[in-house]
Amino acid sequence: MTDAPIDLGDLGLDAGGAVLLRLGLAERPVGAVVPIAGSAGELAVHLRAFARAEGHGFAEAPAARRLAGACAPSGALVVATLTRGDAAPSRWRGAERAGAATADGAVDHPKASWGLAARGAMVEAGAPAFRFALADRDEVWADDAGALYREAAAAQWDPGAAIPWDAPRPHPAFVEDALVQTLTYLIENETAALVVPARFCAQVHPHFREVMQLLAIQAADEARHIEVFTRRAMLARSELGLSTGGGQRSLQTLVDEPDFALASFLLSVLGEGSFLHLLGFLHVHAPDRCTAEIMRLAAQDEARHVAFGMAHLKRHAAHDPTLLGRLRLAIERRHEALRHTAGLNAEVFDALVVLAAGELSPAAIARGHAAVAELQRQMDAGRQARLRRLGFPADEARGLSALHTRNFM
Amino acid sequence: MTDTLLLGAVAYDPKVVTIWDGFQRWFAARGLPFDYVLYTNYERQVEQHFAGAFHVAWNSPLAWLQAQRVAKARGRDCRAVAMRDTDQDLTSVVVVRADAPIRSVADLRGKRLGVGAGDSPQATMIPLQQLAEHGLVGGRDCEVRRFDVLVGKHGDHVGGERDAAKALMRGEVDAACMIDGNHLLFAQEGTLPRGQTRVLLQTGAYDHCNFTVLDGAPTALLQRFTDLLFAMLYDDPEVRPLLDLEGLKAWRPGRTSGYALLERGCEQFGWLQPFLRHMAAG
Repeated sequence: MTDAPIDLGDLGLDAGGAVLLRLGLAERPVGAVVPIAGSAGELAVHLRAFARAEGHGFAEAPAARRLAGACAPSGALVVATLTRGDAAPSRWRGAERAGAATADGAVDHPKASWGLAARGAMVEAGAPAFRFALADRDEVWADDAGALYREAAAAQWDPGAAIPWDAPRPHPAFVEDALVQTLTYLIENETAALVVPARFCAQVHPHFREVMQLLAIQAADEARHIEVFTRRAMLARSELGLSTGGGQRSLQTLVDEPDFALASFLLSVLGEGSFLHLLGFLHVHAPDRCTAEIMRLAAQDEARHVAFGMAHLKRHAAHDPTLLGRLRLAIERRHEALRHTAGLNAEVFDALVVLAAGELSPAAIARGHAAVAELQRQMDAGRQARLRRLGFPADEARGLSALHTRNFM
Repeated sequence: MTDTLLLGAVAYDPKVVTIWDGFQRWFAARGLPFDYVLYTNYERQVEQHFAGAFHVAWNSPLAWLQAQRVAKARGRDCRAVAMRDTDQDLTSVVVVRADAPIRSVADLRGKRLGVGAGDSPQATMIPLQQLAEHGLVGGRDCEVRRFDVLVGKHGDHVGGERDAAKALMRGEVDAACMIDGNHLLFAQEGTLPRGQTRVLLQTGAYDHCNFTVLDGAPTALLQRFTDLLFAMLYDDPEVRPLLDLEGLKAWRPGRTSGYALLERGCEQFGWLQPFLRHMAAG
């Protein structure tokens, strides 16, 4: 039996006619004999090639024209008939949906062959298997990852517009020197905080897209921090400050940590958690409005990073009773690795004291020194509170916090 | 060797290794020991087929005719056992620029005709045969410019046809020959800008490659081979990528009715003679 014609009008297969043909044929059952009408030059030549390539039968007019009995509504003649083949439906036999696109549509163990497909997409059977190391929901998921991502996306700020780069800088040269040294230290630490999530971002199964997006925007946050810290440091100086071997060794233990849970624990919960206090300290003791605003905006971003680290580790710990033990070992192992390093380098410590002092009189330095001591006390209290929220008993939290690197991050 | 079915194929593209490695795994999983030998050109493949180097040849249409004629000369039996669905009922076209004052084959007299590789059935031989049937003999009535890409591979590489199409648009030839599907491809990719070319002549339908066997091939292995070919389904996600690479949706039983145009061209122009003389001398 012959179907109603597909009318291509004057559209050639080289100009989009193939799209109309595919859509039209998809509506017909396999085996349907479909007249094709059209007036484009070489349509019959191209229909023959199209049919062969896509697995349809082909018969050229005039027999086809007789079958159709009349020309199409556009007035174009039927130039051939195609007999619909089964290649297109065959391709999708055995295909499956990769979970669902909704927030609760992630499955516990997404298949490797779902690969880069959008969550909720229909995936062709036989798609290649990807090797994503983090493919277990319990390892990576946080129930509020989607909300945190949306919050992060909405809170992105433009360094050019958000920072008062031209604000007055009335402070003396030694305060500027202390600030440049502190910023040099911050850049180094934020580089570690960029590299670590960027590495894990590429290892998370894209099925957990909210987590992947969150890690990506976390890396983008750090990229922006590196930019603004560098730009501020170079406002009044032509060179940056010092980078110590001890500082880099401390960060190396973070960058080298291969386990996602342990790395995000050390980086986000302990390191960035401590940095929240440091950025708050620098906001309060900033010598100018530009620096104060940079520290305020950076701290906002860091707070989200800490929130995600806490959220997914709390969830992970609830599903995996061995996790807390592994986190404890990670702190102890890192402490052991850094036992013989100097901790926070004297250059950074002194710079923080000078920033808080604002001048070099003994009385001012005493105030600055006390402020840095208070900062370290707040960092310790914050770490203990987060460790308790993860499920560590208070005394253990106290002991573990004390083992955290003296380099802060 | 007789416990493994051996196939000969020409390596016209690196994907040939992917295809036959894939089929080898697929056959092995279904109990057919299978291996393959690659040649750089069809003439060597046909020669080695008769030397007993393998059992089944994946032959171009010209290689099929070469094998058939050598078999006839030697009193051997030669059969085409299978082919792709896409090997059946191809046509080629002779294309001119839309604004050229060339309205008929006769108008090509004295003009420059761009063809593919000298040994390409689809882009050279069948178009030349069909033009001759319309009274225009290439080389005598019009200049034939060959775009030789990978001679010995019988036009399996699309490069020669694309070069001829580009030469047409640059005005270096007045007409260019290509397979119908490549005319659509070149139009879609812009090599032939839409609306700027016209098909002057479409050849009759012809068939392309086939699996060729000679008498004496191991019967049971060969039967298993063709049974498995015909059992390959486009539904099967394991074999579908290989079918896509090889350019088919289903294997069909071999037929030899689609080689008449090429055979007539070979008779008329003597294209087979150098190879047949070489084989006779060997």
